[in-house]
Amino acid sequence: MHMADALISPVVGGTLWAATAGLASYAAKKVQNDMDEQKVPLMGVLGAFVFASQMINFTIPGTGSSGHIGGGVLLAILLGPHAAFLTIASILTVQALFFADGGLLALGCNIFNMGFIPCYIAYPFIYKPLVGTTPSQRRIMLGSIVAAVAGLQLGAFSVVLETLFSGISALPFSTFVLLMQPIHLAIGLIEGIITAVVIGFIYQEAPHIIQPTALNQSLGATSIKKVIIILFVLALITGGALSWFASSNPDGLEWSISGINGEEELQATDEVHGFFAEIQEKIAFLPDYNFKATPASHPAAVEETEATTEAVWPAVDTGTSVAGLVGSLITLILAYFIGKGLQVAAKR
Amino acid sequence: MIKLESTWLDLRNIDDLATQKTFIHSLNSCTKLITTLVFVVLVTSFSKYEVTSLLPLLFYPVALMALGNLPYKPIVKRLILITPFIVFIGLFNPVFDQTPIAKLGPFLITGGWLSFLSITIKLLLTVTSALILVATTGMNSICTALSQIGVPKPIVIQILFMYRYLHVLLEEFLKTNQAYNLRSFKANGIHFKAWGSLLGQLLLRTMDRAQRIYQAMLCRGFDGKVPLRSAASWTKKDHLYLLFCLSFFLFCRFINIPQILGTLLTGGFQ
Repeated sequence: MHMADALISPVVGGTLWAATAGLASYAAKKVQNDMDEQKVPLMGVLGAFVFASQMINFTIPGTGSSGHIGGGVLLAILLGPHAAFLTIASILTVQALFFADGGLLALGCNIFNMGFIPCYIAYPFIYKPLVGTTPSQRRIMLGSIVAAVAGLQLGAFSVVLETLFSGISALPFSTFVLLMQPIHLAIGLIEGIITAVVIGFIYQEAPHIIQPTALNQSLGATSIKKVIIILFVLALITGGALSWFASSNPDGLEWSISGINGEEELQATDEVHGFFAEIQEKIAFLPDYNFKATPASHPAAVEETEATTEAVWPAVDTGTSVAGLVGSLITLILAYFIGKGLQVAAKR
Repeated sequence: MIKLESTWLDLRNIDDLATQKTFIHSLNSCTKLITTLVFVVLVTSFSKYEVTSLLPLLFYPVALMALGNLPYKPIVKRLILITPFIVFIGLFNPVFDQTPIAKLGPFLITGGWLSFLSITIKLLLTVTSALILVATTGMNSICTALSQIGVPKPIVIQILFMYRYLHVLLEEFLKTNQAYNLRSFKANGIHFKAWGSLLGQLLLRTMDRAQRIYQAMLCRGFDGKVPLRSAASWTKKDHLYLLFCLSFFLFCRFINIPQILGTLLTGGFQ
């Protein structure tokens, strides 16, 4: 899924922007250094290919619904990680501009979730070891599915983390994880199968396209690779255990309906926000942007709640609320008339 | 395929809009890019319970759409397509966040509802501002602006190439898909037996196309370098626009205009 501007904070968006900008210039340098100039049009056209493929509906047998492809792993297989990363970044940029998928601030998050993860994690550490230097249909099938599933699970998980750190959505961590991971397991399976059949088809019809990238030199020393694979497997297990733990806990919805606050989870969120608030206070460029919002949901006595809300909302009394409402209405009406006026003025 | 077709039409529509000649279109692309980025960061920087003070920022998209002679329909349509998922996530806020924040007569407004409203307004503002940028600037000029603000050239070239061939490939995919649908029953998607061969064929054709494009580029003297259109210079107009927008944004950020307006008007009742 695309992360949206409306759900992230500038700190999270900015951090991931910086991270992806760094990655992109690294990838750009790599591509410039070690690729033949023939790849310039190839990358462009393959980007358009994946963009257009995303619009095609594939009927999922036995369900009546249809799925579509994301294309991260597919591009990495065809172009290698660096060129694929740049290609995905370009697709997401055009989508953010023309279709408002995601958003401009969330672009960094999206390139990270859908570009970095499949190109620099799923492809080199899962697909390549599984397929090896002598691909076969079965190996391609296995490699593509595992890589796509793992890539989407990690991507979905980082969406959850980005949302959590932003603190805009009140969804508790466990509920959001439970919401995201299973859906993306299904999406990942479909993605993996489509990737596998397309690569399988190409391998059968035009093997010369697949071979050179399959034989490409590795990204780094094998020992580092092993360590990272182990780390990765650990991460997957932790993720799985976490969601299991979450599901055996009282459900988030029940908690809210009965009106009892889930202390542990919320406190955890507060700690996270406290940490980020501290960082932000140090580097703040908009000093009164506040993370203090969350403490308001603490289990607290009425007076305490009022005290906290007072900090968030200037004054909790009917008068100011009415004033806010009236003022907002006037603002909207003004916006409408100014728009109309400018339109008339512009046409003259 | 409705989605393919509508995507293609939307792209062409936005491209057409970008060729207009209005005050907004005539501004330097860099100016517009910077203003839009600042606007988006500013909108997201409001705290999660902020509703009223976000509203004056609506002046920005409204004014730009009026001055740039942009129709409301395609932008609203895009918004409707984007909204469901974000609103779905946002709707959890009223459920999980029951903190009383404001009182409106007998009604108690909880933090969850306020933050939900805030997310919706932020969505409206960020989506429209991005669409307005591209509809008043066009892809070529945005790419020039990108390279001007320091984005590495290979990335800019990649975006340009991708965008240029997107139109061609969308049209080709549309035709292929139509041909498939006409020859299949219950044509609401590609049967799983054809997944690999259909997309694979398209991929092979695409790669052949890339080869032909490369040869055509060589014929025209391609030496590994792609020249980018040189950037237009900044004029007085751009400085004024930037200054005006940025001061308006900062004004909205630090002064809650609707609250002051409302207090002035309802002051007599208290």
